[in-house]
Formats: sequence, C-alpha cells, structure tokens
Amino acid sequence: MRPDTHHNGSLAVTVLVSVGRHPLTGRGRRADQDARGVELARTLTDAEVELWHAGRLDEGSEAALRGYLGMGFDSLSLLEQPAGGDVLPALAEALEAAGPQLVIAGERAEQGEGSGLLPYLLAERLGWPLVSGLAAVEDVAEGVATLLQALPRGQRRRLQVRLPAIVTVDAAAPAPRQSAYGPARRGCLDVQAAAVMDDADMAQWQAQPARKRPKRLKIVKAASARDRFKAAAAKAEGGGGQVLTDVTPEEGAEAIFKLLKEEGVLR
Amino acid sequence: MLDTLLPILIAAALALAVIGAGRRVRLWRQGRPARVPLLKGLAAMPRRYLVDLHHVVARDKVMSNTHVATAGGFVAAAALMILVHGLGLAEGVLGWLLLAASATMFVGSCFVARRRRNPPSRLSKGPWMRLPKSLMAFSLSVFAITLPAVGLLPEDFGSWSLALALSAVLVWGLGEMFFGMTWGGPMKHAFAGALHLAFHRRAERFGEGNRSTGLKALNLDDEDATLGVEKPSDFTWNQLLGFDACVQCGRCEAACPAFAAGQPLNPKKLIQDMVVGMAGGSDAHYAGSPYPGKSVGEHQGTPQGPIVAREGKALVDAETLWSCTTCRACVEECPMMIEHVDAIVDMRRFLTLEHGNTPNKGAEVLDNLIATDNPGGFAPDARMHWAADLELPLMADRGSAEVLLWLGDGAYDMRNQRTLRSLVKVLRAAGVDFAVLGNEERDSGDVARRLGDEATFQSLAKRNIATLSKYRFQRIVTCDPHSFHVLGNEYGELGGRYEVRHHSTYIAELHEAGRLHFKPWKGGGVTYHDPCYLGRYNGEYEAPRNVLKALGIEVAEMERSGFRSRCCGGGGGAPITDIPGERRIPDMRMNDVGETGAELVAVGCPQCTAMLEGVVDATAEVRDIAELVANALTEAPEASAGAARQSSDRPQAVEVV
Repeated sequence: MRPDTHHNGSLAVTVLVSVGRHPLTGRGRRADQDARGVELARTLTDAEVELWHAGRLDEGSEAALRGYLGMGFDSLSLLEQPAGGDVLPALAEALEAAGPQLVIAGERAEQGEGSGLLPYLLAERLGWPLVSGLAAVEDVAEGVATLLQALPRGQRRRLQVRLPAIVTVDAAAPAPRQSAYGPARRGCLDVQAAAVMDDADMAQWQAQPARKRPKRLKIVKAASARDRFKAAAAKAEGGGGQVLTDVTPEEGAEAIFKLLKEEGVLR
Repeated sequence: MLDTLLPILIAAALALAVIGAGRRVRLWRQGRPARVPLLKGLAAMPRRYLVDLHHVVARDKVMSNTHVATAGGFVAAAALMILVHGLGLAEGVLGWLLLAASATMFVGSCFVARRRRNPPSRLSKGPWMRLPKSLMAFSLSVFAITLPAVGLLPEDFGSWSLALALSAVLVWGLGEMFFGMTWGGPMKHAFAGALHLAFHRRAERFGEGNRSTGLKALNLDDEDATLGVEKPSDFTWNQLLGFDACVQCGRCEAACPAFAAGQPLNPKKLIQDMVVGMAGGSDAHYAGSPYPGKSVGEHQGTPQGPIVAREGKALVDAETLWSCTTCRACVEECPMMIEHVDAIVDMRRFLTLEHGNTPNKGAEVLDNLIATDNPGGFAPDARMHWAADLELPLMADRGSAEVLLWLGDGAYDMRNQRTLRSLVKVLRAAGVDFAVLGNEERDSGDVARRLGDEATFQSLAKRNIATLSKYRFQRIVTCDPHSFHVLGNEYGELGGRYEVRHHSTYIAELHEAGRLHFKPWKGGGVTYHDPCYLGRYNGEYEAPRNVLKALGIEVAEMERSGFRSRCCGGGGGAPITDIPGERRIPDMRMNDVGETGAELVAVGCPQCTAMLEGVVDATAEVRDIAELVANALTEAPEASAGAARQSSDRPQAVEVV
C-alpha cells in the first residue's frame, strides 16, 4: 500500500465517470450511478474532486460528459481511448501517477460491456481495497475512511477502510444534483493521451440485444394491507438454500453447478 | 415678499428635480443595454398613457376619475405655475387657468384622502399615507398665492406671517411634487411611469386589441452572456425603469393566486424588492403586505449583488420566484404596465441554468424532457398508444392536411386521453381533413421554458419546428392552451410561424359553418373556467362561451372570469416545483365554482382539468369543452331542415295590422 499522500490536509478524490444511456430512448446522458458517485464526492468536506473519463470525445459522448461538469466542475480529464479499447491499463497507470486517496465509481456502466468488473480489476491491479455498494462516506480521518454500505431492504453496514481505496456507489446513495446548463457549457474537457490496449477478448465476442429474462412471480397471499406491508418488508426466506462451510473448492463448484441446473440456468 | 420668493422657490425645486432625475436615470442605466426607439417611444407615450394605461385604470371608475382630476390638475397647475409665478406672466387668462387647475387638483386630492381613510390591505401605507396631504398642500398653496396675482385679493393682503406660513406649505407641496418625484418619493411613479411607457420593453402590447405575451428568447449562442438574471443590474435598463414605475396600488397582489394561497409571493413586494436591489439597501422601509410567511426587513441587496443567494438570504428567496404560476393576472391588472412574469422567468433562468437549482420535481422533469422529449419520462414511441383503435391519419403518411392536430403531452395522461378522443370524434363528425404528427411530436417546451430551462426549450422548439416544416397544413389545432401559446406566440422568434387555433375556437368556427349539430343540453347548471393561457395570454374569451351557448348551455359566470379569471394553479411548472402555502390554488378555484351553484365546470385545458379534478369533495364535475361537444353530437336534421327551409320560402299570408 502507498504511503499517505495528503495534499495540504485536503482529501484527493477521483470520480470515474462513464457515458450513460437512457433506458427508454438510448440517448447519451450522465450515468445515474456515476452521477451519484459525483454527488457523494461533492458532499465530502475539504475534498479536492477530479472527474475522469476514459473513452472517446465525440458528439454522442460530449453532451453526457458535460452533464457531469454541470454539477459544478470546471474541468473533466478525458483519457483518450479508441473504440473497443481496454480502459483498465490507462486508468490504472493514471491513478498510480496521480495518487488520489479515494476513487469513486458506479457499480456498472449503462452501456458497452457493463460487467461491473472494472473497479475490481483496478483494485486488484493497484493493490487497493475495494468497498462496493456505498450509501455514504461518513468520515475521513487520518487516512481511514468510515463508510456506510447499503445492503438489501434498507439495511446499512458501517465499514472502515484504510486509504487509498476504491469504492463503488449503490443506487441507495443520495440522488445526484441537477446538472446546470451554464457550468456544463463553460467547463473544459481536458483531453489527455493515455496508454492504449486493445481489448482482444471483446473483439471476439458477439453482441446481441438482451432478451427480457423471465421473472419469478412473487405471489403475495395477503388479505390485509398490514400483511402486504409485512410481505414487502420481510427478509427473503431462505427456504431451499443451503449453507456450505469448510468445503473444498471442487465441492463448492459442484454445489453451485447443481443449483444452476435445478434452476434451469444451465441445461 | 412672495413676488421675490416664489421664482426662487420654483427654480430651486425644478433644479433639485433635474438633479434627482439625473441620479434616477443613472440607477436605471446600471441595467443591461436594450435597443428602444427613443424618440418614437416618447412620441407614442401620451397615447399609451391616455388610452392603454387609462383603459386599465378605468376598471375602477372612482379611482380613475380621482386620478384624472389630481394628475391632470397637477400637470396643468405645475406648468401654469412656472409661467405665472416663475416667469411672472400673471396677466390675462393664465392666472385664472391656474386657479381652475389647482382647484381641480384639490378636489382630486380630497378623493385621494378619502381613499386613504380606510385603505384596503393591498395598498401600501408608509409615505403613501402622506401623499393626499401633500397634494392638498400643493394645490391649496398654489391656489392661495394665485389669488392676488389675478386680482381677487389685494397684492398686500395679509401679514408677513401669513405669507411665511403660506410659503412653508408651498415648500412642502413643491418638495413632494418636484423633489419627491425624482428623489424616490411616492410621486416617483409619475416620472418613472411616463418614461416606462415611452421605453417599454414590449412596445407591441400597446394599441387596441394588441397583446404581447410570449417570453423573449435568451441568446444561447453568445457564450459570454449571463444566462438569465443573477443581480439587479442583469435586467435590461428599461426593465429596471419599469420596476421603478410601480405605484404600489396592490392590484397585482389582489389578483395573485399564489398570494391568496398563502405561498411566499406578492408581485408588488417583488417589484419593490427589485427597486431596493437597484438602489441598494434593505426592504425594511417597505410598507405593504409582505410575502406570506416572511417578515419584512430581513432581506437586502445591491445592484451588483445576487438576488437569490445560494445559501442564506439575499434580496429574494428562491421559493418566492418558484411560487408563480405565470398566470399573468398581475400583468393584466397592473395600471403601470409592469411585466412581472418576464422578470420572474428571467430570474428563474439563472437559478436553473447557472445554479442548477430547480426545486422539487423540477430537475427530474427537465431531465425527462431532455432524455425522452416529454415531462413524464414516458417512451416516445408510446405517445400514440391511447389512439391505437382510432386509426388517426399520420402526417408522415399523408404529407399534408388542412388541420394538424397537435396532441400535447396530455397524450400520456389518461384523463386527457378522454378529451383527445372526444376531440377526434368531433373533428370526424365535422368531416375535417386532419392528421397528427404521432410519435414525431415532442413536448412544446412550455414547462421547460417556465421552469427557466431556456436551453431545453429551444432544443425542443427547434426540433419541433424542423418536424413541422416537413409537412403542409393550413393551421394547427390543439386542445392544450399551453401548446397553443408556445406554438403560436413563442416559436415565431425561433423561425416557426403558424396559424394556431384552440379547439374551442375551431369548434366554434365549425359550428358557425354548419358542420356540427348538437342535441339540446339536458344537464344542470354549468360555469366556465377561463384558462390563463387561452384567455389572458391569447385573448380568447368568446369562442368557448359561444360553443357552450351553441350547446344550449347558459353559463353561470364566476365572479372572477374572463380577463380576471383565477388561475387553476397548474401553470408555470407550479405543480412541479410545488411550493407549500396555506391553501391550494385549485381548492380556491373550485370554491369559486361552488359559489355559482353550477354542477359542472367546463374547461379547455388539460392542466386545468387535472388541477380542478384533483380537488377533494368538489361540488362540480369537470368536463373539457370537447367532451361536452362530443356528447351532444347529433346527425344533421336534414329532412326537417329542408322542410323548414321550404316552408319559410313559400309565400304566406301575413296579418295586416
């Protein structure tokens, strides 16, 4: 782990932002989770926040990226990447060089691969801890951040992590502030050259529109409003589940494989 | 003694007035430049004052006569006084005219005094309470000093102490009338008001039947220009001049639906706050009704300081600006022709475009408009789902039609879909050649613009204009007065000029042309609610009433109807920003409906329908005019009509008296 690199006592925060895609119209926009990440950074006191995007600057992406500037930023660093490039090396090298204390990202991109793996790969490569699904950063003191992690059904878990660290933001984090047209138009997109590596794997993949996945029907046999509320708020009953402890990886894999076959995911 | 004193006093008062005028002009010139034809404006001023302004003032006959006597008497007396006493031209008829003028002014000022004995709450007090006394002081002292000049009294009448006392009263009168006129007293309205009429920002609103209600476009191409108004000096100079013309009569306050609902807005106070900001200082000296729920004296501003602070207090709180429904009731009532709505939207533009601070659902609605072209965030290709069974002709297939039916965003609203289906039924019954844009239609941009997002408005408007330019049609018909206003009055500046009709106007035309036939009305009492964007914005008060009359309905008018109609609370994005008050505006309007005893209120606007139908325990049903018409449709009574014509053509015996 790197030594603490506090700049004059202020916290250096980098938010990784992507170009989002509206689910109904497919228009470019600031990605919802990334915007929540920016909002989270904005609420940190005494933080120097930088916005980074690895990708291309074109007509489609500019409006979306300016959407982040409209949240009150003068500039956004754009690490130039070709279409189909793997952004991991570029981001890792740049982060290593800049040395921020806290890196904030969304859980997954709204378009492209959208695997949600980038923060994990970055953390692995940089050797930094990663905390997923944040609802809030409560406090940063002496190189340790106190975080609030969002769990299902409104539950929260308080965690402490030594900085530098990468965190991802859950949809439970505060909604992003409005993007204002004036700052968005005036802000500067600072294009920087960066390491380029072709994503050889992705080049071989075939992309096709996703099919709607069947959803398990939730049958609520409630007679009263109180029952319905209880059903909605109740924890999922782990009816058919099974907790495996002290098993070999092979046994674990076998159990997962069996479950997937039972559920019809694998045939 | 008076002979020597009077010219000196008059000259001193005039000199001070000129100095004050210079200072006042400097205050106005802090504003942004605006091009106005100066000489043409000055030449048009008397007509604007005597015809257009008087037309508004004359809605209150007593006050109008009072003002004619007082102001007319004063102007004549002041001019004659300068000639008679200043230059010593007392001979002949001038002195007698001066006596008549000052006497007229005195009679007027007695009525002003009567008005001030028990003033209604809308009138400002403070310095305004001394105005009748000052008017009397001026008129009486001028009258008295003129008596010797015409020979009614001997030149040496009275003692020197009487002359001194008379001079003191005259100094008071002169001070209020000349010094106060340009140094910020109540008489300021005469000086600023006259110039405001001459250099009005909307010169096109003057003249019989003219109106100018479309908001002015913001130049977004100039990257250095401030977006909207941040500080008082960001208004154009003639806007500042307009604020300074306010007489604080409070007619706007009495008409404002937000004020009546206890929301923190009072148009009069807002204009006074702009004057405070222009001159610099605090609102502590304001002597009228405050913004409901906000005490006076806590806000201050400077010409170069922010009007709305990001945090804390400045000149005005943001929620004051967001309470406005843009119903234009204040503008319609203002005898000084001040444009409150323009100013409010100018300041909202800054809050939205620079601060990014549109309250409550504002940001979400604007994001939806950007991403999906409709405020609800619905899929654009679901716009025509309501008409899946109607087989509406699409412009994309037809290329041209006589009428382009503009649906508006009500196409996504289940209540408004009933109105739209009725309208389609009516158009088909009349055999109208119409087509719709279908999924090519976008939000007109009305809400975005009233919420201050000029960028989104212009983006939507330009794309709509591009779509409309692909097709040929004679006119646009819509059941949404907001779309009607925006398409008809606001697209022009961006290059889209169309002939637009509200559906009530068009139905009235169809009926007059004999293309629609109605069954007689069998329901109960009906009243009609004038939508702001149809009435005050576009002057259409008659057509909806004509349609109702054709249906056989006798409208029981509400006390506030026509140009005084009270807003439903649904305009200007007010339901979206949703500033809390003590009451709800639609509840008050439904009470107005209840007072007429009507069982049904006819409306002509999707917003009004939604707002009025949202009233709990309402005493009346809400129906759009299109629905009433569609329900009353009947086949043309051809056979009987033909028979009737025959019988009337045949020569008949006539009784000889």
